[in-house]
Amino acid sequence: MNDLSSWAKINIIREKDRPTIKDYIHLMFDMYYEFHGDRYFGDDLAITGGIAKLDGMPVTIISNVKGKNIEENKQSNFGMAHPEGYRKALRLAKQAEKFKRPIICFIDTPGAFCGVEAEQRGQGEAIARNIMSFFNLKTPIISVVLGEGGSGGALALGVCDRLAMLENTVYSVISPRGCATILWKDPSKEKKAADIMKITAEDLISFKIADNIIKESFGGAHKDPEKTACNLKEYLNKTISELLEKDIETLLINRYNKFRKIGEFFEDKSSL
Amino acid sequence: MLDDFFNSIKSRIDYDNKSKPVKGKKNRKMAIPPDLLFKCPRCQELTFMDEFEKNQKVCIECNYHSRLSSKERINMIIDEGTFIEYDEYLSSKNPLNFPDYDKKIEQAKLTSSENDAVKTGEGEIFSKLSVIIIMESNFMMGSMGSVVGEKISRAFENAIEKKLSVVLFSASGGARMQEGIISLMQMAKTSAAVSKHNDAGLLYISVMTDPTTGGVTASFASLGDIIIAEPKILIGFAGRRVIEGTIKQKLPDDFQTAEFMLEHGFVDMIVDRVNMKNTLYNILDLHDFSEDTDEGKLNNE
Repeated sequence: MNDLSSWAKINIIREKDRPTIKDYIHLMFDMYYEFHGDRYFGDDLAITGGIAKLDGMPVTIISNVKGKNIEENKQSNFGMAHPEGYRKALRLAKQAEKFKRPIICFIDTPGAFCGVEAEQRGQGEAIARNIMSFFNLKTPIISVVLGEGGSGGALALGVCDRLAMLENTVYSVISPRGCATILWKDPSKEKKAADIMKITAEDLISFKIADNIIKESFGGAHKDPEKTACNLKEYLNKTISELLEKDIETLLINRYNKFRKIGEFFEDKSSL
Repeated sequence: MLDDFFNSIKSRIDYDNKSKPVKGKKNRKMAIPPDLLFKCPRCQELTFMDEFEKNQKVCIECNYHSRLSSKERINMIIDEGTFIEYDEYLSSKNPLNFPDYDKKIEQAKLTSSENDAVKTGEGEIFSKLSVIIIMESNFMMGSMGSVVGEKISRAFENAIEKKLSVVLFSASGGARMQEGIISLMQMAKTSAAVSKHNDAGLLYISVMTDPTTGGVTASFASLGDIIIAEPKILIGFAGRRVIEGTIKQKLPDDFQTAEFMLEHGFVDMIVDRVNMKNTLYNILDLHDFSEDTDEGKLNNE
């Protein structure tokens, strides 16, 4: 693929013109009806979701929303969802299951929001519930990382049958900045941390966590969003038809095994 | 009153402490060995270690339930001689070649006398056989990497096979950063195993102990059919300092405590350590549909 360093990639995905879900939706889908609210507390604009048509096929879309200017970022809280965002996602995912629509999750978040209200409304529980419930959804799920996949907030949209990453994206347990703060008590060493953490699409393929890498336009998705959207669309069409060929039982077993086998450890006494 | 206290300390140092007294004026206040007193991190009160230990490591002043090792927990909860450990030799690799991770693991093995941050197995609670999972906060703050994820998943799978309930004591700072994205995926792996156990119609009791935070709160710990917490412990998703940094103000003392989580609806009940075994037994008994339920029956407290 490409041999840019983790840091170079992070700089590409932090480009202020980097396309977000709002740019891709009309480039990939024929129509999109956005649905609001978790039915318990409110509507979190850090996550968008609804029904769309992908080359004539109804699909459910669930996506983190990142803004491109202060106004948009304020509205979407820089892509950091509250519990009601994850609960909206789960509601829409269950709706998709009922009507046998494939689910496409787009991940583009630094992580779940860290704040008082988020704790009061059960940020941990909301993420946990999504993770567990997505394993049981009787419909194909594809997750695609569009920019940054950060921690539990990303995993709440990340339990899937296929995980794809755009070429320059990263997916990690903690932000490089957070990692540098913990390791060296110096957030400015995030560049160094980024390289240690193994967070690029190629790294995740090597760990067998990501399944596919989707090409961006030359120089990054912001150079030619249409080209990137075209690649995304091609991938989605191909993968959905692959997944629809499997019976639901097999799909769910495979989904379990996909995550079940992740992990590296010594097993026997002699390795101690 | 204060005099009594100091005299009492003095007398204990004289008679109990076998280590050499520290000489010199400067070090005089250091002459109290740290293992003689327990300073409660919640209320800052000092109590004598032996009294604190007699009280099952619960602060006598404020009822804060301090951390236990997995061995101490087993002694407190499981009938003597009934615990059979699973997968005790699983130990961590360094999949990212993360700097100093190997050294950290070696150090943690020495300080905790465990191979990683969770102990799993099966044992009896007043003769009720259950799968038991106990996280070890002494091992890298109970953080979850591949070993923790794998042992917990296997324990739930064993429970499904043997049709057993699971009792899990969580104690964790969250995901293990040194294993990067692999540690994040353990949240998915363990939650999937919980889900399977749930689908099999089996009981999972999650007991939150100090501290239950981060990726553990955002996965299996929050997914129990019944969620119990020990009093005054820390439960939360984001770190307190992170939130204080975001909102630029200090948070109240009771933020992210067991009591806070009960009030906001994320914990079923708070149970004192002294009543924990009885409570677990009773709940297990209420879910036991087999014939021989009389065996090992215990009076209510």
